Amino acid sequence: MLKKLRRVGPPLLLLAPSLILVGVFVYGLIAANFSTSLTDNHTAAQATGQKPAAFVWFTNYLDLLASEDFQHSLTNLVLYTVVFLAGTMVMGFLWAWMLEKPVKGEGLFRSVYLFPMAVSFVASGVVWRWLLNSNQDEQASGLNRLFQVVGLDVLQNNWWNNVTFGIVAIAIPAIWQLSGYVMALFLAGFRGIPDELREAARVDGASEWKLYRHVLFPQLSPVALSALIIIGHMSLKAFDLIMSISKPANYQTKVPAVDMFVFKSSFDYANAAAVGSILLIIVALVIVPYLVRTNREEKR
Amino acid sequence: MRVNRRMTATVATAAVVGLTLAACGSGGSGGDDSGDSAGGQVEVFTWWAAGSEKAGLDALVGVFDEQHPDIEFVNGAVAGGAGSAAKDLLQTRLQAQDPPDTFQAHAGAELQDYIDAAQIEDVSDLYDEFGLTDAFPADLVDRLSSEDGAIYSIPSNIHRANVVWANPTVLEENGIDPEAQYDDLDAWIADLEKLDEAGVTAISVGTTWTQVHLLETVLLADLGPEAYSGLWDGSTDWEGAEVTAALEDFETIIGLTNDDRDGLDWPEATQLVIDGSAAFNVMGDWAVAAFEEQDKVLGEDFTATPVPGTDGVFDFLADSFTLPVGAPDAEGATAWLETVGSLEGQVAFNKAKGSIPARTDADPAEFSEYQQGAIESFSNDTIVSSLAHGAAAPVATLTAISDATSKFTTGASDLAGYQSELAAAAQG
Repeated sequence: MLKKLRRVGPPLLLLAPSLILVGVFVYGLIAANFSTSLTDNHTAAQATGQKPAAFVWFTNYLDLLASEDFQHSLTNLVLYTVVFLAGTMVMGFLWAWMLEKPVKGEGLFRSVYLFPMAVSFVASGVVWRWLLNSNQDEQASGLNRLFQVVGLDVLQNNWWNNVTFGIVAIAIPAIWQLSGYVMALFLAGFRGIPDELREAARVDGASEWKLYRHVLFPQLSPVALSALIIIGHMSLKAFDLIMSISKPANYQTKVPAVDMFVFKSSFDYANAAAVGSILLIIVALVIVPYLVRTNREEKR
Repeated sequence: MRVNRRMTATVATAAVVGLTLAACGSGGSGGDDSGDSAGGQVEVFTWWAAGSEKAGLDALVGVFDEQHPDIEFVNGAVAGGAGSAAKDLLQTRLQAQDPPDTFQAHAGAELQDYIDAAQIEDVSDLYDEFGLTDAFPADLVDRLSSEDGAIYSIPSNIHRANVVWANPTVLEENGIDPEAQYDDLDAWIADLEKLDEAGVTAISVGTTWTQVHLLETVLLADLGPEAYSGLWDGSTDWEGAEVTAALEDFETIIGLTNDDRDGLDWPEATQLVIDGSAAFNVMGDWAVAAFEEQDKVLGEDFTATPVPGTDGVFDFLADSFTLPVGAPDAEGATAWLETVGSLEGQVAFNKAKGSIPARTDADPAEFSEYQQGAIESFSNDTIVSSLAHGAAAPVATLTAISDATSKFTTGASDLAGYQSELAAAAQG
């Protein structure tokens, strides 16, 4: 018994601080959040215990999912994520593909593409709010003005103020910021493929396309998956960029994270918690299969 | 190896113990930092961190130091987001039962959440003690009283929301008489349309809250003060034909505004009038500071009139100070409230901030030309409560109305849908 304690005790003690911290501040708070979301705690009085809050099961979730406004937020989230993912993957891959062949000044290009990532979303949001100004014709500024100057007047549009696709305009700065990161991931992936594989394929008479299709792409797929997961979960949590380009009350750019903020500000803790849980579930749907897969691969 | 393992165990134990101690330590230090000594201090929580607001606060502190030299003023101002950062932090602190000694809040219905949550004290007694009931206009005291007749805050200043600012040069250039008096909104809209046809931004507006601000003045103009006030106590029907007509006017006016409205806050929207790229702007009278900072002269470079159809009505909002439940130094807070309500305090504060005193006994001659006009209207006009600035409706109602308005002005809902959403919002 004592022997066993000696063997298990020290590691357990070492792990205890982080276990306790994670247990309380991550899982404990998730549980607290979830239990708040199951109550009708919609006012400041209930939050401080002046009035009773009742347990209402999943009413908040059903009401939220049935409300047109929240559906609009979810649609925005999906649109934003799809465009953001597609944009960063395509741009990132193209840049990596171009830099993968030995080019002059590769280091310079690499830094240039990677650099936007060093800027915070809030700082770049302030600049992009100006670039994406929705005034047109005489009052135009930002990109709309640029379109006029180069004679592409037809391209002028109201950017993020479009009620259906406004959120896509906000994906543009996000793509600009993170394509370089995806490029770096892909570049590492390309460099990790031994030259022998390419040479062998060429000796076997594979065309350039076949080389990519059957040799390089399969080797790159783990990298692509990681990139998808990383960008995907960032996109689902999008908040700061939207807040600094638009404003929380603007209907056209609402996403669940913004809804959560607005609910919380008006003392509606139950709905804020419910939106938080919904976001957590959506992110988990993306992350958990990935973790399971990685875990299985590591065991193999 | 043995030694090594024992050492690991020791380190681990130390770590756990240290952590527990740290946790205990932080739990204990909550309220004991603001001293209980006779002199005491008062932490005043505001979002007045810059510009004319900061100047006003400094002037008020000057008076406070004279009136209560034994109490130390601690500035708890939080900057950012036109008060939203401060409100966020305040929410957290009140929730954690770590309130400041006194905090700034819009007077009126916005306090309802704090009252319901039993986070602020009834200060009606202080009104009697400081003789404020007679010093403030009766209309205002009515508007400040909550449903149970008690008053929960002391206003430091009054602002008027139903003001339209215009650039006379732009009006003249487009053949519109800058001196014109409009009897109602229809006459004004006719001129707005003329401006729009001429290719000028007829009226500038900013993001959602400024649109709600515009909405409230349109409702006030079309419904009149009584029916407008009825919107907030349930005696006016939100679904009625009168409201529909007002919303139609609102729709027309929004159609004549700048396209980039959702990206602008009020200073940028007002700037469009100052720069001459827009003719009119509806904004509260804090906008006068924006004009004056750029050396514009009232009556020459800009005009300020009540929104057409609201002449004789004063759409008020006020900043006020509260006495939180469990304030660490209630005595200091009471002293602060006394200064806030005093004649010297109100005059010093409002001269610097550009608003007007809530007291009726201040000498108008001490104030600027615009302020003198506002002081006169305040004592003669019918007073109604502003929606966009928390005087008329609680936070949740205002949030719901803002959401509905943003949805409507971006074109996601039609007028009928908008009206029923507003009705639902007002019911809470």
